[in-house]
Order: sequence, then structure tokens, then C-alpha cells
Amino acid sequence: MTKNKQVLVEKSKQKNKKDEKEGETGEVEVFVMGKSYKVPAGLTIMKALEYAGYRFIRGCGCRAGFCGACSTVYRIENEQKLGFDLACQKVVEDKMYLVQLPFVPASKAEYDINKIEPSDSILLTMYPEIARCVSCNTCTKSCPQDIEVMKYIQNAIRGDIAKCAELSFDCIQCGLCAMRCPADIKHYHVAQLARRLRGKYIDPKSKNLARRLKEIDERKFDTEIEKLMKMSKNEIVELYKNRKIEAEESIAAGGD
Amino acid sequence: MKLIDGYPEYMLESIKLVEEKREKNMSKTLKPMSLKEREKILSKFHPDYMKGTRREVRIGIDKGKIFYEGIVDLLEAKPVVNPEDVDISKIDYDIDLLIIGGGGAGTVAALFAYESGIPKDKILIVTKLRHGDANSMMAQGGIQAADRPEDSPVLHYLDIYGGGHFTNKPELARALALDAPLIIKWHEELGVMYDRQEDGEFQELSGGGTCRNRLHSCKDYSGMEIMRNIRDRARNLEIPVLEFCPIVELLMDDKGQVAGGIAFNLETYEYYVIRAKATILATGGSGRLHLANYPTTNHYGATGDGLVMAYHVGANLRDLDTIQIHPTGDAYPEPIVGILSTEKLRGLGAIPVNVNGDPFVFPLEPRDVESAALIRECREGRGIVTPTGMPGVWLDTPMIEIIHGEGTIAEKLAGELRKFNRFGIDMRKHPILVYPTLHYQNGGVEINEKTETRVPGLFAAGEVTGGVHGKNRLMGNSLLDYNVFGRRAGIYAAKYIKKAKIGKLTLDHLKKYNKMLEQAGIKTEKTAPILLPEYRGEKAISRALDIL
Repeated sequence: MTKNKQVLVEKSKQKNKKDEKEGETGEVEVFVMGKSYKVPAGLTIMKALEYAGYRFIRGCGCRAGFCGACSTVYRIENEQKLGFDLACQKVVEDKMYLVQLPFVPASKAEYDINKIEPSDSILLTMYPEIARCVSCNTCTKSCPQDIEVMKYIQNAIRGDIAKCAELSFDCIQCGLCAMRCPADIKHYHVAQLARRLRGKYIDPKSKNLARRLKEIDERKFDTEIEKLMKMSKNEIVELYKNRKIEAEESIAAGGD
Repeated sequence: MKLIDGYPEYMLESIKLVEEKREKNMSKTLKPMSLKEREKILSKFHPDYMKGTRREVRIGIDKGKIFYEGIVDLLEAKPVVNPEDVDISKIDYDIDLLIIGGGGAGTVAALFAYESGIPKDKILIVTKLRHGDANSMMAQGGIQAADRPEDSPVLHYLDIYGGGHFTNKPELARALALDAPLIIKWHEELGVMYDRQEDGEFQELSGGGTCRNRLHSCKDYSGMEIMRNIRDRARNLEIPVLEFCPIVELLMDDKGQVAGGIAFNLETYEYYVIRAKATILATGGSGRLHLANYPTTNHYGATGDGLVMAYHVGANLRDLDTIQIHPTGDAYPEPIVGILSTEKLRGLGAIPVNVNGDPFVFPLEPRDVESAALIRECREGRGIVTPTGMPGVWLDTPMIEIIHGEGTIAEKLAGELRKFNRFGIDMRKHPILVYPTLHYQNGGVEINEKTETRVPGLFAAGEVTGGVHGKNRLMGNSLLDYNVFGRRAGIYAAKYIKKAKIGKLTLDHLKKYNKMLEQAGIKTEKTAPILLPEYRGEKAISRALDIL
């Protein structure tokens, strides 16, 4: 067993012990910006703060892990390492010191997506600071979504827009990466541009959609919809009842 | 408590039955219900049909109509702004277009108003939280648009109308179905990364109550991907946004037009007077009212503010006697109770099964019917009760990879996988526990196909409106809704602005409203809109002093 692994195992043992202890008392102690509060074990950081009496204005958005409003930096007492997570997703641990980071003052490039091209150098042109990446991987370690942030920045530097877009897709734009970066890279803004370039210029387009738009333009469906709108309730109920359901057939066939 | 793979032992025992019967369950799917069967199960198990969830509203234009209790409470509360407290003779922002709400509908409206010739510095988006903090950001499954050759906007219309129990406003359902492909095209041009086949055609799935596969998705981050693109466009254009400054009341003029609003800075407690030639209400839904005591999937700010403000100026509401409960909210583990597990799970083949591992409903019924079936299963003792007392049934997610191959969940449902992994649950190997959760405000402020309300100068779009979905919305039609009607709101408001003339500003409508409350004998200390839900711990609240 490597030393690292041993440490992990030790830690997890300690953690289990701690869990047992929590189970007994049902309470944990957290330090909100240094101030101690006792809260029920098992709550998310967000709910724990509310339990303690905080009413959020900032630092709380979707409460489901999509919006990046509740980025939180924490440290467990007697540990060195800082942890990064979303207050709405992370469950409190005993002796957790925490602070929220509800806003990130990172600059964003301004562009008109219609007037730029998905060239190899476009991301570097818009965000030249990505060339200063020192590959420290701190961005990746600070990502609450476990995205390979440094890797997508490396792809951005190389001009691989499609890969940068793919790797960054789950980004919730909380900005923790940018706050930790020693090179002042605005990873999440770079990734936003990469994804837009890929969606607009690189991914192949749908022919079905183009055909349908032409039909709508030619008012192909107007009369038929009009007819449905004027139908008596009984008639349209019949029509609705008897419509063929594609999913029923495909599920029954076990197909795709 | 000892957990194995994230579950206590007694739950694992039930999971064993699910596993044993999985093959059999996959080989034979239950049939969809007939309309009669649907009616029967709804009337017995859906909160829309229960006693004690709704009541008559006693004042205002909809006096005598029945709405959900929590909404009537807001309508029968005093307007939060006392007209004596604000000086509306000093204008802080004098603009053409006020957009209330920085979610999907509001941002789309801003973009199309700009495209329609309103200068950006004459547009102002004001929002309660941050730009983009909205249910729009959280939608997972996808967006409907009938663009495949075997589909048509006519079928889409039929699905919308039937799904809404034939109560939708037909002109709105038509707009939704017919504008849909155009919206997808617009998204393509913005750069939205839709899931596609190699040939560029969209990967399209079925949602509950749709007769064709027409759900366009971006993994299980569809709402986030669309909202990110729209917001990025607005940011590049530098459309002004005022964050953490909800509008708390609308302003009117002496000609009876809506003429802007009073904004309230949540951080400094200042108010701002905003005069505008047109106002678009895009405040979203009301999940945080926890109607019928359901947990909710909604974002923090979904407190129904728009309904209240619109009602104060005399706009009418509709279909608020129904709520959408989404069948598959998370029931376990406790920290994520009420959060959504996307309908796409069922679109990809996962089947709901009970404690014995037996299926009990066609997996893709419309949401209200599917929810009622889940509630029935739990009420009749065939559900699983979690250690904290939450009932639920299994959604057999491992079926997805059996049907579509290993790796499908990581590829198409990354968000879901991540959410459960945090708690040691691998949804690729084990089913997840679900129970209905409050998801969507079916009704709201009535609009026409130009997004006009009955009050001149006031437009509305998105979840705050009523009529588009009637009494039940189908999956994939809310992302579509905010795009279709956000766009229309921007275009038609821009048109209106070119002729609009604002008279003398007034808050007399609030005085009148207070008088109405008095005359109806409603004595209340409550005020509305409420802006934020109250989640502080009881102990903390009970000892709070209002000193500062």
C-alpha cells in the first residue's frame, strides 16, 4: 500500500468513528466564518446555516447543484487542506470551518459569436492568459463538479475547441477555479466560449429541422391546427385517445 | 445506521426483489391508462382533487375563483409597499422596457426587444437574485420541438392540449407548437450544444404524454446549457441587469396603464423608482410556497411574486387551482429530498416499481397521472419508507444501461450520477427512491398570443403566466414556453413601446387594494409579495429580536 493510500484509509477510519459519534449525539459543530454553531448531523451546509438562523440573500440559488451560487470553502479542524463544494450539496461534518464565496470578480471577454470563427487560436486570442497555465492542477482540485478543469484549459491552449467544450460541459460557472488560479485564468469563461463555438460552428446541423422550418414558413400546418382549435371537445378527445404513441411501441420492443 | 452502497439493509432487501424481477419487468411494459382510468386515479390521489388544498379568493378580479390555499393567502395579504412610504416623483430609472425577472423568459425577452430596435440602455432587467438564478437553469430533461419527419406541430399541439386536459388556451398552445422548431434553430445559432447523432440529427426521446419522440436535450443539463448561452449573449450585448433588487410593486399611470415598478435593494433596503413604457413580468413560479405541503424542486426565489403584483394592478389569473407535482422527486437520502430526478430517466427506459419489485404504471403517463400512481402505491402500503419517514417507490435506473449499453448514464445523465455518487449510491447498479415533488406552476397571469395581459403596458411570459399548459404541463414544454413567449414578449413589447405614452405615475391601485381588503372584512398582518421563503430554524426565529 502506498503512503497516500494508507493516509486515506486512516482518514476514512477516523471519519467512520466520527460518524458513529455524530450518530450518538445527532449534532455536529460547525464554524460559520469562525463562529461556532451546533446543528443536526446530516444536513447540507445550506440547511445547517439556515437552521442556525441565517437567512440567505446571496449564496443561495437553485438549491439543487445547478447554479453555482453557493460555492463554499471549508476546512476540517486539525487538517491542512481546504475543501471546495456547493453548500446545497455537501453535508456538514463535525468541526467544519466554512465560508461562502457568492461572487467572483473575474473578467469576461466580450464578443459577437456571429463575428468570430472557431479557429485554432480564437480561445487564445480572447483569453491570452490561458498561455500562462503552469499546470498546477489547482483548478481541477477546486471544482465542485469534479471536472478536469486543467485538462480542458490545456485543450483550449492547443486550440481543440471541441474537446474543451466536451470536458467542460458540466460546468456550473461557480468560479472557484478562477479564484484559485495562480495565473488569473478565467476557466469558466473560456469554457463558455468554447462550448458556444462548438454548438454553433463545429457540430453538424440537422436537416430535419431545416426542412420543418421551411414547411412552417410555407404555412403547411396552419389549416390543420386551426381545425383542431375549432373542434368540439368530444371530437378532439377522440382524436387524442386514438393517437398512436411511439414510446409505447419502442418500449414494448425493448428498442432504442 | 449502517449503510451498504448508500442504503440501509432493509431497503437493500427490497432492492433484491427489484433485481430479481428486472428482466421480467423489462420484457413486458404496462399499457397507458385510458382517459377514464386517468380520471379515476387523479380524483383519488392527486392534491388538485383533494379537499383542503384550495379555496375561493374573496377579492379582486378573480373573486369567487378557486386557487391553491397558499396562493390565495398571498392575494389576500396587504401589498408589501405602503404608498405613503415611497416618493414616486423622483425617478431613478427612466426607460422603455422594464423586465422583471432574470431567468429564461426575461432574458429571452430582453434579447428580442433589443433585436426589435429597443436600445440596450433603454432596457433594464431587474432580478431578485443573480441573473440566471431561475428554474430555467435547473430543467434537466429537455425541450420539445416537432422537427422529425414522423412528427408534426399538429401532433405536438394535440399532446399539449390533451396533456392539459383540454383546458389550455388554444391560441397559446398553437404558438407553443408552431414556434418550437424556430426556437431550436435560434439556439443552434447561439451555440447551444444539443445531443446529436453523428449525422447531425438530434437525439430525441419521449416524455410523459408525448406521442412522438421530440425531446431535445443537452445531457441532463438542458436548462443550464440553454440558459448559459442566452445569458452569455445578453452579457456580450451589455444589456443592463440589476441584481438582488426585486420589483415589489408595479407602478401605474393615471390612464390605467402599467408604467414600471418599485424595486427594492435586498442588501441596502433602498427602493428605486423605475418608469417604463412597457413592463414584462417574467418572475417565474411559486414552488417555494410549498403548496399542499410538498417539498419542491424549485429555486430559492420561486415565491409567486409576479402573481401578486399582477393581481394588484387588476390582471386576472387562471388555472391556479392546479399544481404540477413531478412524479420523480428524490425521496432518499434525506439531504436531497424534493430535488428532481429527471423524467429523462424514464424516457431512457427506467421503470417505477414498488417495494415488491413490481411495476404498477406505464412509465410515461402525463406527470399528474404518473404522480397519482406513485402516491397510490405508497398510500396503499406498497411503497418503501425511508429512515426519516419519507415514502417512495423505486425507479429502476440500472435498466437504462441494460437497454442502451454501459456508459449511457455517465454520458447522458452526468448530473444525476454525480448527485447520487455523493451519497455512495451508484444508480447504474442500484435503483433510486422517488416520490412526487412540487415542480411547476401550471397556471398564472392570463396572456394572449402576443403575451399581453388584460392591463395595458403589462406583458408576461414564462412560468408566471397561465393558459399555455392549461391544468397540466407536459415535460419539455416549459423550456419551450419561456423561449416562445419570452421571444414574443420582447417583440410585442417593443412594438407597443413605439406608440406608448406614459401619464402621471401613481400607486393608487395599492390604496384601492387595501380598501378592497377592508371591505371584504379581511383583517391581516401578512404582506405580499414575500420575496423569499423562511427556512430559519425554529429556535433561531423564536429568539430573534428586531433591533437593527
